[in-house]
Amino acid sequence: MALFGSGKARYSTLRPTKTGPNKNTLIPEGLWEKCKKCYGTVYTRQMEENLNVCPRCGYHKPITAQQRIALLSDSGSFQEVDAGLESVDKLKFEGVASYTEKLRANQKKTGMKDAVVCGTVTLNGIRYALAVMDFRFLGASMGSVVGEKITRITELATAEGLPLVIVTASGGARMYEGMLSLMQMAKTSGALKRHAKAGLPYITILTHPTYAGVTASFASLGDLTLAEPGAMIGFAGPRVIRDTAQAKLPEGFQTAEFLLEKGMIDRIVARKNLAHELALCLEYFTSGCKVQDGSK
Amino acid sequence: MAEFILEFEKPVSELEKKIQEWLRISKDNDLNVDDELKLLTQKLEQTKKDIYENLTPWQRVQLARHPKRPYTLDYINMICTDFMEFHGDRRYRDDAAIVGGFAKLDGQPLMVIGTQKGRNTKENVMRNFGCPHPEGYRKALRLMQVADRAGIPIVCFIDTPGAFPGVASEERHIGEAIAVNLREMFDLSVPILAVVIGEGGSGGALGIGVGNKILIMENAYYSVITPEGCAAILWDDRSFSAQAAAALKLSARDLVELKIVDDIIPEPLGGAHRDFDAAAGGVKTTIAKHLVELSAMSPEALKEQRYEKFRHIGAFKDGK
Repeated sequence: MALFGSGKARYSTLRPTKTGPNKNTLIPEGLWEKCKKCYGTVYTRQMEENLNVCPRCGYHKPITAQQRIALLSDSGSFQEVDAGLESVDKLKFEGVASYTEKLRANQKKTGMKDAVVCGTVTLNGIRYALAVMDFRFLGASMGSVVGEKITRITELATAEGLPLVIVTASGGARMYEGMLSLMQMAKTSGALKRHAKAGLPYITILTHPTYAGVTASFASLGDLTLAEPGAMIGFAGPRVIRDTAQAKLPEGFQTAEFLLEKGMIDRIVARKNLAHELALCLEYFTSGCKVQDGSK
Repeated sequence: MAEFILEFEKPVSELEKKIQEWLRISKDNDLNVDDELKLLTQKLEQTKKDIYENLTPWQRVQLARHPKRPYTLDYINMICTDFMEFHGDRRYRDDAAIVGGFAKLDGQPLMVIGTQKGRNTKENVMRNFGCPHPEGYRKALRLMQVADRAGIPIVCFIDTPGAFPGVASEERHIGEAIAVNLREMFDLSVPILAVVIGEGGSGGALGIGVGNKILIMENAYYSVITPEGCAAILWDDRSFSAQAAAALKLSARDLVELKIVDDIIPEPLGGAHRDFDAAAGGVKTTIAKHLVELSAMSPEALKEQRYEKFRHIGAFKDGK
């Protein structure tokens, strides 16, 4: 790298805090945590009992795929499919760090093979196909594995006549796989067309953050679109848009609330109500016409 | 328009200037300069070959963006007759960054659609530098469905830096507009050719790119992200764009190897902008060849083939 002229100022910045002294106090590790939104200090146990929603400000902290699956399924009903799929460095991507190293580091960090977990599950006894993205794994970027697994679970849902639910979170396409990753947008959308043509329902749950290639494909194609409060959802990133527009962005731009107002999503659902509301939606989709003739 | 010479093309333009100079001298002084000219012309041809037959991916990106390169409407006008442009998405407005309409190719009716760049500042304001808003994609889909109704093939010309990243774009749901196109293009019963003629800028290109075949011009590129964007993210420095362009495998030959692109359309030496007619000739011949092949297929077979084409794109291993 050049010694001079990177153009970037290199000085330290301080994060504003509302709670005064920083975390370098004598509190044992893991007992407390700081909310990313209100900077308030919260008991980790209290946070977990509250489904990882800050009890002070309602901030919905991103959760893992396993936590999400537990939240949206009857206990023990999840049956994972395609668990063995793993990414490969097809492009032999020559960048600062090798893709293979990145993959290994993320696998170690998360215990996952890639950024999405798929399977069948029941909720209140209703069976459906579920895919959950996990932002911890390389920003849940969509490469060949994510695209393939989303396509396979969609095809499985079509073949078995199941409703499909996808919980999204993603920074977009995975650069390390170049055009192979871009084309996953088309592949997944094609599979969803077949699912829709089979008359089967598809529900998306957009969580923080959902962007770019995932927004411009399966995240935007639900029959019903739910979102978690405060989730950032968009196509282009806010920084890119600000640079292009050379202007201030509207208040709350690209939040779930903003998208609800602009007509992009059906409902904002707090995490504590998510299982209940999803179950209701599935019930509405699967119960069919049961109107009784009262005159008899 | 002012002369526009890329850095790596300078040896070529210098030789061309020298030849012009000799011609002027010869004319002004009534001198025979045939020997000098012959030597210079030979040198020019060799220099062109050396440069243009060994282009790096980053140099090709620059050629793909060349401001004198033929654009969508140039190709439509050069290879088609009876072009009737149609406008509007029926929801918000007409987006001039995407054009489309009926046209004939050697008498064969088509729906031609494409992203359109501007030649000068005024045009670029109108065309938004070839960066469509949601309404552009919605117009494109509407016209594709018209073609489906008419039972005529669709040819999509792709030449865009990307879908427009702006507040209005987001407010009108650019992601949804592209997503719906991706889904619905799989349901069309007519042949679809996607032809990348310049820049294939990510989702903004793919939004009209779900073809039975994907064709690309020799010096065009198609990428998940711009080399500059990739360099900014991975190297934290845009000056690494050349490295990023190589790493992304975005050039025509790479994309054939990745089994994404089906055919490469040859360009005149030095790029399409050096000889519009030759470039258009290549585009026309290649399109016609693939249309003949696809026209023999039934509507169901076309849909199936399109699905299977994209279904098999990707690289992974299955550890079970």
